[in-house]
Amino acid sequence: MSGFARPLKIALGLAVIAGLIIVPMNFNRYGLFILSQWAVMSIAAMGLNLTLGYAGQVSLAQGAFVGIGAYAAAIMTTHGWPLPAAIVVAIVLSFAVGWVLGYPALRVQHHYLAFVTLAFSTLAFLVFRNESWLTGGIYGISNIPRPHVFGLATNKPLPFYYVCLASLAIVSLAMWWLIRSPWGRAFMALRENPLRAQSLGIDTRRYTLMAFAIGSALGGVAGALYAPLTQYIDPVPFNLSLSLDLLMMVIVGGAGFYFGPFLGAMIAVLLPEWLRFTEGYYLMLYAVAVMLLLIWSPTGILGILDRYLAERRTKAASALRAVAKSRLETAQ
Amino acid sequence: MNAVLEVTDIKKNFGGISAVGGVSFDVREGEILGLIGPNGCGKSTLFNCILGQLTPSGGEVRLDGRVVTGLRPSELNRLGVSRTFQLLQVFPKLSVRENLILAGQEHQGNMASRLVGRSDAGLTDAASQMIGFFKLDHLADEPAGGLSYGQQKLLDAAMAFMGGPRLVLLDEPAGGVNPSMLADLKDRLVAINREKNATFVVIEHNMEFVMSLCSRVMVMAEGKVLAMGRPDEVRKNPAVIDAYLGH
Repeated sequence: MSGFARPLKIALGLAVIAGLIIVPMNFNRYGLFILSQWAVMSIAAMGLNLTLGYAGQVSLAQGAFVGIGAYAAAIMTTHGWPLPAAIVVAIVLSFAVGWVLGYPALRVQHHYLAFVTLAFSTLAFLVFRNESWLTGGIYGISNIPRPHVFGLATNKPLPFYYVCLASLAIVSLAMWWLIRSPWGRAFMALRENPLRAQSLGIDTRRYTLMAFAIGSALGGVAGALYAPLTQYIDPVPFNLSLSLDLLMMVIVGGAGFYFGPFLGAMIAVLLPEWLRFTEGYYLMLYAVAVMLLLIWSPTGILGILDRYLAERRTKAASALRAVAKSRLETAQ
Repeated sequence: MNAVLEVTDIKKNFGGISAVGGVSFDVREGEILGLIGPNGCGKSTLFNCILGQLTPSGGEVRLDGRVVTGLRPSELNRLGVSRTFQLLQVFPKLSVRENLILAGQEHQGNMASRLVGRSDAGLTDAASQMIGFFKLDHLADEPAGGLSYGQQKLLDAAMAFMGGPRLVLLDEPAGGVNPSMLADLKDRLVAINREKNATFVVIEHNMEFVMSLCSRVMVMAEGKVLAMGRPDEVRKNPAVIDAYLGH
């Protein structure tokens, strides 16, 4: 998003953060639930944006990792473990499973990889549903407690919203660091041209596995927050449609753009709520809106902004060249 | 002189077709070896076998006496073997500078230091030097995709040198590059060859370029070595004239 002046960017960022902290203080229970859901889904979508948007590896399994994180948190916290411990377990577990799921990506790509991850997604759903001794089966797990943070209970919607928002902030900072690091550059190289990447010493195998593992770990983090948010989980929310929703968030927001997942999650979580007044038609309107957007800009919402800024830069550059040329001519 | 690269009886079959049929040669330290031959004679396949992009059907590749057959391209690159491509292979969305930093970053530190360390892997200065060396200063912060074909070829070559390689395999560096830029490129290659003591193997169809740049030339035809020698010897070789250079 270069092209904006730096102070303006900082001011805009601070305004958004202040808005996210202050405005929801007046929200009712339902509004806070929706906003917390946005924060949680942004985290999961950010993970998928790393795997798909930056590293170019298609995954239809992100919803399954949200499920893995959610069940890890639900099982542990209902057995008396604190939430931070559950988050660590969710990260380690989904990182490890994500790493293993990355192996097929070393052999198959694109649609074929999508099918492999889709199969995994189905497998995870079956485990959640059928292994009742662990997951409670179709009855799920209820009475999931919310954590105490620095001795303060977060049972009420507003404090727990702040827990979600703070987690989103931490994940966002970590992601910003990762994308700017040589790893981020290597992930993009993996997406753009793996053959060339290899010839520059980039271990494409290791980076592919890392892209899957880190992206999946963020899915796990999102899940570990989702469980105490809803305080009740069953297998249904973690079926394939969640993976597809997350994929849509990434693509609608703008795959491979840092702010894409935030926007995508906002649209996917909030738009259906805003369209609720249309009653039975809201899903249809939502679908049409998404289709029109993708026809207009296949690179998502941030793709539109990116194109606009690129055009402005080109115009500015050619104006500079024209000035330089006329000066040269006068000088002659 | 020591051999940097020793290739022994490399073979590559695709189904029933033999693309490379038992090629052996040495590349001496510091030399520029030309590799010429008609289209489809197996030059690029030979390159890909040496570089680990294809697994040879038989034979052995040694780098500084160590067997490296079967290593992955990324491992070979980190051992100091670099390459350029026949077709443009820069990263179009990254700037020229970012392309160069990317090209050198895996030669700095380890996975952990590349995650927690500096964003440029400490390569901004090295990249700037390379940009200056290849006269790309005015384009340093442009996306590489916006450069002209010849400029992208220069960038592609510059990228191959970022890791400080011992051996560079260049696949048609002159293809599609205009004469004045070609003179620049040759000049740069000779300078790197002398100053950094880098060894080159160059595939090229531009005879003037090959004959003036290379100390030795190897001619391939139908997957086999037809001739090997000094440029003036090769040029006079009747078999070479017959198969490739023409009368």
